[in-house]
Amino acid sequence: MFFQITKVDENRPVDFMSINKWTTALSVILIVASLISLSVNKLNWGLDFTGGTLVEVGFTQPANLSELRTVLEDNDFGDAIVQNYGTPRDVLVRVPPRGEGDSDAIGNELLSMLQANIEDDIQIRRVEFVGPQVGEELAEAGGLALLVALICILIYVSFRFEWRLALSAVAGLGQDVIIILGLFSVTQMQVDLTILAALLAVIGYSLNDSIVVADRIRENFRKLRKEDPTSVINISLSQTLSRTLVTSLTTLVVLIVLMLFGGQMIFGFSVALAVGVVVGTYSSVFTRSTLVLAMGISREDLMPPEVEKEGEDHESYL
Amino acid sequence: MLNRYPLWKNLLILFVVLFGTLYALPNLFGEDYAVQISGTRGGEVTVDTVTQVERTLDRAGIPIRGLTFENGQLLVRVESDEDQLNAREILVQELGSQYIVALNLAPATPDWLAAIGGEPLKLGLDLRGGVHFLMEVDMEEALTKIREQMVTTVQDRLRDERLRYQRVEASGNSIIVTMRNQEDFQSASAVLRNQYEGYDFRTDAGSRTITLAMTDQFLQETRSNAIDQNITILRNRVDELGVAEPLIQRQGADRIVVELPGVQDTARAKEILGATATLEFRFVDTDNDLQDAIAGRVPFGSRLFDQRGGGQVLLENRVILTGDHIVNASVGYDESNRPQVNISLDSAGGRMMTQATRGNIGKPMATVFIEFLATGETTDEGRIAFDRVEEVVSVATIQAVLGSNFRITGVGSVQDAQNLALLLRAGALIAPIQIVEERTVGPSLGAENVEAGMKAIIGAFILVLLFMGIYYRKFGLVANLALMTNLVMIIGVMSMIPGATLTMPGIAGIVLTVGMAVDANVIIFERIREELVEGRSPQQAIARGYENAFSTIADANITTLITALILFAVGTGSIKGFAVTLAIGIITSMFTAIAGTRAVINLTWGRNKRLQELSI
Repeated sequence: MFFQITKVDENRPVDFMSINKWTTALSVILIVASLISLSVNKLNWGLDFTGGTLVEVGFTQPANLSELRTVLEDNDFGDAIVQNYGTPRDVLVRVPPRGEGDSDAIGNELLSMLQANIEDDIQIRRVEFVGPQVGEELAEAGGLALLVALICILIYVSFRFEWRLALSAVAGLGQDVIIILGLFSVTQMQVDLTILAALLAVIGYSLNDSIVVADRIRENFRKLRKEDPTSVINISLSQTLSRTLVTSLTTLVVLIVLMLFGGQMIFGFSVALAVGVVVGTYSSVFTRSTLVLAMGISREDLMPPEVEKEGEDHESYL
Repeated sequence: MLNRYPLWKNLLILFVVLFGTLYALPNLFGEDYAVQISGTRGGEVTVDTVTQVERTLDRAGIPIRGLTFENGQLLVRVESDEDQLNAREILVQELGSQYIVALNLAPATPDWLAAIGGEPLKLGLDLRGGVHFLMEVDMEEALTKIREQMVTTVQDRLRDERLRYQRVEASGNSIIVTMRNQEDFQSASAVLRNQYEGYDFRTDAGSRTITLAMTDQFLQETRSNAIDQNITILRNRVDELGVAEPLIQRQGADRIVVELPGVQDTARAKEILGATATLEFRFVDTDNDLQDAIAGRVPFGSRLFDQRGGGQVLLENRVILTGDHIVNASVGYDESNRPQVNISLDSAGGRMMTQATRGNIGKPMATVFIEFLATGETTDEGRIAFDRVEEVVSVATIQAVLGSNFRITGVGSVQDAQNLALLLRAGALIAPIQIVEERTVGPSLGAENVEAGMKAIIGAFILVLLFMGIYYRKFGLVANLALMTNLVMIIGVMSMIPGATLTMPGIAGIVLTVGMAVDANVIIFERIREELVEGRSPQQAIARGYENAFSTIADANITTLITALILFAVGTGSIKGFAVTLAIGIITSMFTAIAGTRAVINLTWGRNKRLQELSI
């Protein structure tokens, strides 16, 4: 085979845990940096969460943004954010929520103003209005979703595995979420509902990874009675390495395609997922294993009969 | 050892795949441009209408591709979008305002497929363009009105009985009456006890207070009445817009979702949706002859009105009362259990009603429902022109001097009573609504989104297929087969489930599934390779590979399924779309990647006793 990524010999596994000082340091640095950026730069919350009005219009020629801003300022929309969206001809205008009154009329006001002052036959591509109340609710529901997801997963994984494996799996998820949010905070990319969906998808994906590894760790603890925990983990990681890489690579390739061709509306979504895949792979190889070791896992913790050995109760598979 | 599936297993897998493919088929046939005609305001689509439409289009030289007459709606398929626009314009002129002519896209699914329920994927608003409104009903306003009215009702009642009260006030959802002295308190308790439906009665002798608290049932009824009232109004309005397949739905306790596919002009949509209805009470003109008036001799001081359901009525020009004095209207039953409509007015309205009815007992009084309907034209100032459409919804004889609370009896069936109560509330606009969320996607952006999504799916697909084919050779090809089947199955299942719509995040979900679906096969194939390295025979390696990988794959997918379910539970709109595709993708990919590939591998290699090596 001309490119076999790995074929690890059980007797000579890659010694992943030898660099766990460095990876722990890296994790700490990334998490601390993310938290600092989150508290200093905050997140650039999208319309879904802040409320307000957004209008996306298409001009027939590349739009003159400064002229647009002047027009907006002259018409009491000095607080509007104007930016190109995708192509130079497409412009996004975003207005923060106004107080009382029929704020849902702002979208129409903006449109007629642009038509009157800039170009008559502009094309309306998108109008969004989110009331402040709705925005708050969406943000609340979103945060709740993340929490509930983490808790449900913690319960399921502790039920299927062992609490140390479960806790480290969920801790890894926490790290994934913090680093992705940190990146969004540093780059000031907008966080909207699709990013929330991406975060939840990352949780699912990263967990996928760690379950495959955890499954193998459990299996090897039972099988390789002479090895110490560190080398059991090293062996397990080595055995699953090619699967981890192949899956991460195919998913990453797919996400890059999505980033390039999927259009502006899901660009942020693809970025969040792509980062999630990289970070998720990293955390299931290094962070979780380091944590499991640090919590002092031993063979006794993983022996049956608490959990049936997988495979034994399945004669055939559909 | 050999690897074989029993025949039934192979057949079952084949059957499931064929079933999924069958329901994915309608998506290949695309959609026809069509106009949809339905009746409104007395208009009804009949066989005559069908002939009329055929003849009109024939005269205009617009070829008809197909006609479907179903559920009182006529669907005319035409060849191009240009024909579609022309046909609509001509038909609007020809059929007049009693019919709604809406642009639509009709799936071009062959009859035999449609007969077994096959239909193409439903696209979300972000892919087909349109408006999404979330409206909130102002319940507080409705309750405030009802409370205020109740306070005056109680005050009037006590005054009539000459009982002196310190104060009557609304507090929360209760009316609290404080009496001057113990004696009046006792009498008032007797008078007010169990007098008012929907209120719990409590007294406190120490503080001489009587509390009338709205029951939970009453509150709930008021809430759903307010929602129903607004949904009815919105339905009428949406009909005006001529939208095919609108969605008007209650969401949560006090919200209404309105989705109008294909509508671009939100300003117009909002103006039409927001137009108010009102109500008037007038005396019937009994001094003059109705037939004379219909013949053209309308007497001075009176006017002819259309009656709902046909016929005309002659009413006096003088308006007794308008709808804004109505606080509530609900269905009740009289002594002999016949349905009636109970109406509550505010105190000013009650006084006006008393004054007007005092000398007119025995005279019939009519209720006129007035709607402002868009004409489709604009005024000189560029605003939408509205037609004032008046309709008599009830005529009843005044039996006594009426006050703040009166009833209309002899209204017919319970259904009729409910309709009348609904119209009365609609005209009163007891609970106003407000748009709290709006999302509009233009048609060009929708089309671009579809195109971008397709590109992403195809691009991702090709890359993954290539990689798998190279990396796992023949086994990779089997995985690729499973992957393609998986895509077809996702589309088939999504088309089958009513209510599942494809959105942009949904497409992202499909693309993501393409990436993740190979994971199951990667896990299995890596296991098989390991087993081979450990020196097992190829057949054993296949069997053990699948066995050992199963629980891993199941665990991994179940956790992802958990996140998909949570997303579905808390998400709205397009996020729900993502959750649905993700969940469907996980289930179909488990099936194709485990059972599907195993069946193919068993059939290809499983029966070879002398198999020496695997192409993996």
